[in-house]
Amino acid sequence: MLAELGHFALILAFLVAGVQATLPLWGAWREHAAWQSLARPAAFTQFGLVALSFVALTACFVNNDFSVLYVAQHSNSLLPTVYRVAAVWGGHEGSLLLWVLMLAMWTAAVAAFSFSLPQAMVARVVGVLGWVSVGFLLFILALSNPFERLLPAAADGRDLNPLLQDPGLIIHPPMLYMGYVGFSVAFAFAIAALMAGRLDAAWARWSRPWTLVAWLFMTFGIGLGSWWAYYELGWGGWWFWDPVENASLMPWLVGTALIHSLMASDKRGNFKAWTVLLSISAFSLSLLGTFLVRSGVLTSVHAFASDPKRGVFILMFLAVVVGFSLTLYAWRMPKVRMGQAVSLLSRETLLLANSVLLVVACAAVLLGTIYPLVIDALNLGKLSVGPQYFNAVFVPLMVPLLVIMVPGTVVRWRESNWGELLLRLRWVALAAVGVGLAAPALAGEWSIGAAFGFFLAAWVVLGSVQHMVLRWRQPGQIGAAYWGMQCAHIGLAVVVAGITGVKSYEVERDVRMGVGDVVTIAPYAFRLQGMSEVKGPNYRAVRADVEVLKNGQPIDRLFPEKRRYFSTAMPMTEAAIDSGFMRDLYVSLGDPIDGPTPQWSMRVYYKPFVPWIWAGVLLMVLGGALAAVDRRYRAASARTEPMPVGAAPQGGA
Amino acid sequence: MKKFLIPLGLFFGLVVFLALGLQRDPHEIPSPLINKPAPAFSLPTLDPAAGGFSPADMQGRVWLLNVWATWCVACRQEHPLLVDFAQRHQVPIVGMSYKEIQPQDVQAQGMDATAKLQFARERSQVWLSRYGNPYVLSVMDLDGRVGIQYGVYGVPETYVIDKQGVIRYKAVGEVTPAILASKVLPLIQKLNAS
Amino acid sequence: MGALHTSALWAELVAARRSRVAAFGQPARRGLAASLSLAVAGLFQLPAAAQGPQPAAAVVSASAAATTPHPVASAAPAAAVATAPVATGQAVASPTSTLGPEAAPMTDEPVLEARLLKLSEELRCLVCQNESLASSRAELADDLRREVRSLLREGKTDPQVKDFLVERYGDFVLYRPELKPMTWLLWFGPFVLLLGAVAGLGWYLRQRRQLAQTAPALSDAERARVDQWLKD
Repeated sequence: MLAELGHFALILAFLVAGVQATLPLWGAWREHAAWQSLARPAAFTQFGLVALSFVALTACFVNNDFSVLYVAQHSNSLLPTVYRVAAVWGGHEGSLLLWVLMLAMWTAAVAAFSFSLPQAMVARVVGVLGWVSVGFLLFILALSNPFERLLPAAADGRDLNPLLQDPGLIIHPPMLYMGYVGFSVAFAFAIAALMAGRLDAAWARWSRPWTLVAWLFMTFGIGLGSWWAYYELGWGGWWFWDPVENASLMPWLVGTALIHSLMASDKRGNFKAWTVLLSISAFSLSLLGTFLVRSGVLTSVHAFASDPKRGVFILMFLAVVVGFSLTLYAWRMPKVRMGQAVSLLSRETLLLANSVLLVVACAAVLLGTIYPLVIDALNLGKLSVGPQYFNAVFVPLMVPLLVIMVPGTVVRWRESNWGELLLRLRWVALAAVGVGLAAPALAGEWSIGAAFGFFLAAWVVLGSVQHMVLRWRQPGQIGAAYWGMQCAHIGLAVVVAGITGVKSYEVERDVRMGVGDVVTIAPYAFRLQGMSEVKGPNYRAVRADVEVLKNGQPIDRLFPEKRRYFSTAMPMTEAAIDSGFMRDLYVSLGDPIDGPTPQWSMRVYYKPFVPWIWAGVLLMVLGGALAAVDRRYRAASARTEPMPVGAAPQGGA
Repeated sequence: MKKFLIPLGLFFGLVVFLALGLQRDPHEIPSPLINKPAPAFSLPTLDPAAGGFSPADMQGRVWLLNVWATWCVACRQEHPLLVDFAQRHQVPIVGMSYKEIQPQDVQAQGMDATAKLQFARERSQVWLSRYGNPYVLSVMDLDGRVGIQYGVYGVPETYVIDKQGVIRYKAVGEVTPAILASKVLPLIQKLNAS
Repeated sequence: MGALHTSALWAELVAARRSRVAAFGQPARRGLAASLSLAVAGLFQLPAAAQGPQPAAAVVSASAAATTPHPVASAAPAAAVATAPVATGQAVASPTSTLGPEAAPMTDEPVLEARLLKLSEELRCLVCQNESLASSRAELADDLRREVRSLLREGKTDPQVKDFLVERYGDFVLYRPELKPMTWLLWFGPFVLLLGAVAGLGWYLRQRRQLAQTAPALSDAERARVDQWLKD
């Protein structure tokens, strides 16, 4: 009954979305106020219906209703309740429903928090979002229905993949989808503005807070995914350049370019064409990511089981949405008035450089991800593109980005002075070089790579600190957006320092341990105190009791496990981690070893600076949040900005 | 302005490739050994009395090499086709029993090499007598090393090898009537004629 | 091979410095401020009174073939970064050695296993969903690692091992695509794109400035009127 209710609610939502997509847009085009005003109620109704559907599916899981096919495939009566809820988005159909729920939520939020926008604009934005909803709801109803029945009902479910039975599943997909879907708002704003033929600074001003919130969720989601892989998979890696990971990184890169470009368009009316293109691209990459993950064209550990029909549908949807957007862009853009000229050294130029670097990095990731597909499609054979390629190409692109981050905040709009810039930054540069030279020697062994990485991180941190100190001394109020920017920049620097540190100084010991044996990675020691058998709700495990000592003093007790879930044959490693400010101590239990005395294979890692990676991500998220709540965005007036004065010739982007 | 159409153009190119990609199977790995000599090996045969076997023994004839195992479900499915093929055509099929002993065969884990070979032989004999034996002979690749020489990455796989001992075709996965009719048989005819 | 010799040299230098550090004693964990002051101290060559944890003999190795190897350390972004010192031998004599017998490494051939690890991180597990040969637990992965190990024992170089596998399984098995005409676009594309974008940016900026200079100047009143017209 619940499943049918959920299914029905979804069908209704589809119909409402259809109304939401058509009438307000028609009303905006025809200047029919009544139809325009349908946008908000339609958005709220659609949200309510999709939420109802989602709750129904969740109830099916919690109630162990194995007559629903999707529940039978991804759940089990022994599964703890919290994972039964998380299992809702553990598979393709349910995660799509989560996607649609997020989309409905964002649409409702735009409808609710857009008091200052003219009604026609709201109608267009909500209408465009409605089209996206229509596409996804149609996809779900036609090809990925989570409410399909399994008759006769299964006695018990197949259980959720043990790798997913982890707190990471509870939080990572929702956060990530909030980001993926959130970029649809910037997209809708851009399309709405193109439709209206009106791309003034107001559009950028309205778009900014929404894009910032989407960006911070995306950052959080990617960081969570990385952290989850790190502690869950048992060998301490946290980024594999897997196609699905790349599918989330690409919109993030373009999204970062977008939030910077929006700044220029908002404040100076510049780069409108570029900002619009970025807005379209960010969401297009989200859709592309959906395609790559769910169509089966690429092999990935994260990919959902695929069905060629689904791939075809998503591709067609992608082609229609993006094709339409880019056509509208090509049609409307030439008519929009362009901004003014700027000098070679100016904030505009540096922001453009930021965009260029991020977009080229995104293009490189895209190239590497789909290259095997391209080669195969051309019948040239099969090849693989792995982490070695991505690291070789991506890292050099990030270096100039980090370098220009500091002058980017210092130079003025329109025109700036080389001499002034160098004068202001000379101590920062010197100090950063100093840190770069000194830090590796302190952390362990000196290497040019570590030195360079620490130099870049110090450059950004010290530059930001100097900027903040100088700004603090100046009169005038400092908005939240300023602190947000500094916080996010410093966060990125911390991430870079973390990555540099762990890659340069991590130590791994692969040993066989009997009870009482010790592994030493000075000044730490790991002693195996004993082994035990434990029983979980749906698994049995062998657990090691490892005492961690520093300089001979016990500081922690770690319990790595090797679990065997009842539902699957493959054993699962649960690593144990002792986290500190400067390092992680990571212990992973392997298989028992045949021999005269009982021994187990163990892997012990000393991973310095790893916590900095997660801390840096959190700083970036905090930065984004601070920037998004700046008072400017909550201004009541909807007045458009006067055009920036200065000759504004036609032609040129 | 023309330049605003560039993103659209690039996007269409992308869509074309993605559409083409949808029709491909990302798991299938084409073999680089096509048109290369079949790697030499010398393996014990299933029948202890038959002595060893090496591909050179088949010089002058077009033959098939079929990689199989008793634990392989898809092999069981393609087996009737192979039996039928062997009866109908004059093309010899040599079987290669690939990694017959699996980790779950706990009783075999402690055995020495001769005992393992014996164990594998017995199980394979039983299987073949139950499901039919299309092979002129079968070799035992217990540790899979010869399989690696042939680029085997799963079972079943079937190779078509010509009179000079050159691999001309590889079928990955089970042989279906369609593959036999459209690829294997015409190729064999062509190779026999030359 | 050269890398190992260099590593041995580094190991000696590290050991020498470590013994100097040991004389100053081991400190507690420190916060960021202390680290920064240390950085300053380091800059002026002051004696490092406090040190962070020193990685001891870093034996990076894969597990023995006998047991099911579980995944080894992830691939590191190589770029220009030197990896952690790969040295043989045990930890320096420290107070902790009295806690219990030191566990033996999983393998008796650490140098070989280290090579195997590095090599297998660049190779693909053919039957997995995008995993490296180093981290995969699949049976074929076991077999391939065993094969690579025996090739290394025979004295084959890394490129020879890769060629061996490519001859049998094709380019698919390499995670680092070889540089050949088919992959020129892949390897050079991003940098060509970067150069093109930077050139485009420069051209665009120059063009805008030229147009700004040649456009007729409007008076402020005229500009305001134009703005008004455009807004309507």
